[in-house]
Amino acid sequence: MINEASLPLAIEATEWRLPSSRKVAIVCLILTETCLFSIFVVAYLFYLGKSLTGPTPREVLELPVLSTICLLSSSLTITLAERAFKNEREGLFRVLWLLTVGLAAVFLGMTAREWHTLIYQKGLTISTNLFGTTFYSLVGLHASHVIVGLCLLLLVFIFSLTGSLTQMHRERIQMVSWYWHFVDAVWVVVFTVVYVIGR
Amino acid sequence: MAVQEIALTTSRASGISLVDRLHGLVVTVDHKKLGLMYIGTALVFLVVAGLMAVAIRLQLAVPNNTLLEPEVFNRFFTMHGTAMVFLVGMPIIAGLGNYLVPLMIGTRDMAFPRLNAFGYWMFVFGALLLYFSYLGAPGLNGHGSAPDVGWFAYAPLTGRAFSRGHSTDYWILSLLLTSVGSTVSAINVIVTALTMRCRGLTLMRMPLFVWMMIVTNFMIILALPSLSAAQIMLLIDRYLGGHFFDTQSGGSAVLWQHFFWIFGHPEVYILIIPGFACMSEIVPVFSRKPIFGYPIMVGATTMIAIISFGVWAHHMFAVGMTSVGNTFFAISTMLVGVPTGIKIFNWLGTMYGGKIRLEVPMIFCLGFLFQFLIAGLTGIMLAVVPFNWQLTDSYFVVAHFHYVLIGGLLYALFAGFYYWYPKAFGRLLNRKLGLWHFWLFTIGFHLTFDTMHFSGLLGMPRRIFTYDPGRGWETLNLIGSVGAIFQAVGVLCLAINILRSLRHGQRAGNDPWDAWTLEWATTSPPPVYNFESEPVVRSRRPLWDLKHPEDPDWKYEEV
Amino acid sequence: MLFAFALACLGVAGHVEPVLGNTDGVTSIFRPLSQPAQEIKETSLLVLAICGTIFAVVAGLLVYAIVRFRHRAGDELSEPPQVYGSNQIELAWTILPLLIVFVLILVTSRTIADIQNRKPPPTAVQATVIGHQWWWEIRYPELGIVTANELHVPASDGRESRPTFLKLQSADVAHSFWVPLLAGKTDLIPNRENLMWIEPTKPGTYPGNCAEYCGTQHARMLIRVVVHPPDEFERWAREQQQSASVETNAPEGRKVFFANSCVNCHTIGGTSAQGKFGPDLTHLMSRTTLAAGAATNTTDNLRLWVRDPQKIKVGCLMPNMQLTDEEVDQVVAYLQTLK
Repeated sequence: MINEASLPLAIEATEWRLPSSRKVAIVCLILTETCLFSIFVVAYLFYLGKSLTGPTPREVLELPVLSTICLLSSSLTITLAERAFKNEREGLFRVLWLLTVGLAAVFLGMTAREWHTLIYQKGLTISTNLFGTTFYSLVGLHASHVIVGLCLLLLVFIFSLTGSLTQMHRERIQMVSWYWHFVDAVWVVVFTVVYVIGR
Repeated sequence: MAVQEIALTTSRASGISLVDRLHGLVVTVDHKKLGLMYIGTALVFLVVAGLMAVAIRLQLAVPNNTLLEPEVFNRFFTMHGTAMVFLVGMPIIAGLGNYLVPLMIGTRDMAFPRLNAFGYWMFVFGALLLYFSYLGAPGLNGHGSAPDVGWFAYAPLTGRAFSRGHSTDYWILSLLLTSVGSTVSAINVIVTALTMRCRGLTLMRMPLFVWMMIVTNFMIILALPSLSAAQIMLLIDRYLGGHFFDTQSGGSAVLWQHFFWIFGHPEVYILIIPGFACMSEIVPVFSRKPIFGYPIMVGATTMIAIISFGVWAHHMFAVGMTSVGNTFFAISTMLVGVPTGIKIFNWLGTMYGGKIRLEVPMIFCLGFLFQFLIAGLTGIMLAVVPFNWQLTDSYFVVAHFHYVLIGGLLYALFAGFYYWYPKAFGRLLNRKLGLWHFWLFTIGFHLTFDTMHFSGLLGMPRRIFTYDPGRGWETLNLIGSVGAIFQAVGVLCLAINILRSLRHGQRAGNDPWDAWTLEWATTSPPPVYNFESEPVVRSRRPLWDLKHPEDPDWKYEEV
Repeated sequence: MLFAFALACLGVAGHVEPVLGNTDGVTSIFRPLSQPAQEIKETSLLVLAICGTIFAVVAGLLVYAIVRFRHRAGDELSEPPQVYGSNQIELAWTILPLLIVFVLILVTSRTIADIQNRKPPPTAVQATVIGHQWWWEIRYPELGIVTANELHVPASDGRESRPTFLKLQSADVAHSFWVPLLAGKTDLIPNRENLMWIEPTKPGTYPGNCAEYCGTQHARMLIRVVVHPPDEFERWAREQQQSASVETNAPEGRKVFFANSCVNCHTIGGTSAQGKFGPDLTHLMSRTTLAAGAATNTTDNLRLWVRDPQKIKVGCLMPNMQLTDEEVDQVVAYLQTLK
């Protein structure tokens, strides 16, 4: 049987550092989701200008400035919340975390309102034309990831209210924030592709 | 199969009832049990999909045959391909990785044991859903049965207009589910290998098997999303009125092909690299030398993985791309052949100057070497675009990829099976039956797939349920069909061997092959906790160091 | 093995004879009778030679290694020298394959350019092939001809180069046009137009298949390319340009044809039947097969087809029109006047 006694110790064996498994796992998740989003972005770009009928992006899309500010600010609030948690300032952590949740909810609400306008007033649905199909798919895919993130954020918040959250969970909270930053980064790309380039 | 085996081997020892043992399997998070469950389920589907292949061969044995109706035949080749790739290939990778990686890196279990179990059961759900299509797909109006659109499901054949009923939906949904299983398992293996290695086990001291598992699983997480994305798009087309692949509304059928093959080509490397992994462990042990050129093998595998994401359109040379596009993909495809060929040379270099023991695992490895060489060369031929214009979508391609997947991958997996079965079950498989398995299967394999190259060269296209006489295809197909029977009998020998060895096989002991990696440093089968205490290693072959203290590897390894 | 394989490729095609008339033949890609299949063959032979050599060398080394370094009974005690690798050897066997790849790329790109970049000369025949489930629609826009399942082209003899340039389209799903003796295959994809060309040199009938799985009857979507000597092609074209005659020897059958919904799918030139969903029937009897090669064009087969197409080609899109026996005979008699 191989164990410490039977082999001479090498230098490395005394300083043995390995990456954190949670971090590697979240990075892998982010990689795979990046690939998923990339395919939808490619489809969106490929079909720009190829719709045979129906409203064009320029006709119906308005820059979602406010919702973007909300979502990107939530990245800031979550970072601050993490720092507060590290400094053991529980009250501040909860406030900032809840603020993150709120900003995310506002983003979703404004997206929902935008979609309502597009569908009922501007006549753009997923089946109207290629633009409609690719628009709702890409933005919808992002929104679904925001919803998942929102659920994760709420879960953490509930745990913090019940007192179950301790310093032991710092890395887990950090992983939730990494996922959240990823969702925000994807929005930057989606925003650029759909609302800037696409129009 | 393997599920029952685990049950049988532990029954005598612990006297637990069958129900309790099955319950144990349902709730287990142990990587060894889950690994064997993955492999066992894959073997079940290997038999099912293999029988479908036998039926296909029987239908094609003579011209204008009426054994299978056209619709039945079309479902059979679709299900055969889909099942072999997703319900046999992918779970075997997951099973091998889950079983062996923790043992090889000297740790107790995977990084995320519960996630492991979740991945397995998602896979089972997806697999059952695919075959449930025979019952569920007719829907309300009786159209539809199992999917019949080919395993790559080209648009717009998969659109609502041409694929009525729910067959295509079952294809999509079952594969989305199994993809969740594959992705989850992939992340688990990567994290385990990167973050749970025992002391002293640096990345460049890991067994090549572990390296190749890392590379394969990275490819899985990067490639599978392309398929999932395309399938979601197809679902949107079929149910929400989307137009992604709706050519009547300006959608592009070729876009599906691009997305599919952006997944599909890396997928075939995902399938074969675990075969390379088995080869890289087994050939050195039975040549009694370390692998020749370990760093290059790592580098070559990584290069294959990277380049393989840039070759996908070689499946689309007939689609009408520009000459520039065609040339680009020809170049990238030929380039990916270089690191692949290098690996063959490295295995050859391992054998050269060694003392080759012709045990059953090694014999299958030798079969791999010859057959994979041929497969790689027919791949180079297919990379020559004008030649491809004649050969694509013909039986030449079918011969090529079966040479890779059966002549290559399956032989390497057989080798791995004979090699690691003693570790998993504590008993050796019978050598004589193993030789029967090898020779029957090899004769059958060559009868079927050598002749297929010629039918392709004689103009026989793929996926036809029958053909007229007079094209020169009759004899070749008949021989090919006979070969299928030989292969089936060969696999039967393996099944008999497994069942007999469970009870009566020679006891294996920790290290029946005199090998050098950590899995052989514990009992056969390993205890639940794998190792009594955490191993400490100083080289790539810790057991060599232990057995040869006067001449340890760590004195000579430079990188 | 690959050497034998390569030799067999050349030999196995030995008994190809392209035939006049309507019998099929062996279609080896190594016995081409047209460009670009000829250039493809030449490229392929070079590739086969290179691959065959690689196989012989590597397989030879493998065999040598197995035989020479096999463990011998009684030689248990020592392990062989533990060699970890060799930078020089590994460099050599990286450079050599790269050089081979370089040569192959040069050859490949040259052939790609030759085939894909050719522009139609003024003498070229222009035809459009439209794929349907499971038959081929063929139109000659400049000649005003519409036919089905048989592509007629002139041969290019020494005097004049008369290639045929094809535009490939699809009315439904993806198909692929493959006549191995003439050219490589090119796909027919809806919402996309592909181009290919052939330049056969020897008159005859060249069989081919749809080579992209397109549904139930993909196997029975056969194509025939009929190559005529140049003046015979002119004669064929003139005949095809004629409309069906107004007078007919089979008036009852004609009445049945026009009374049923046959006209919704089929066109008969010069009449009110202008359906586009199914094949043009104006010169049905000039074709050697029915249903894209599913059956030969005989009276019995025609009768069986008209009575119930599903008996010949199950799953095909022509329904059973529920005609009585008498009506079937009448319709068949009428169809047989469409020469």
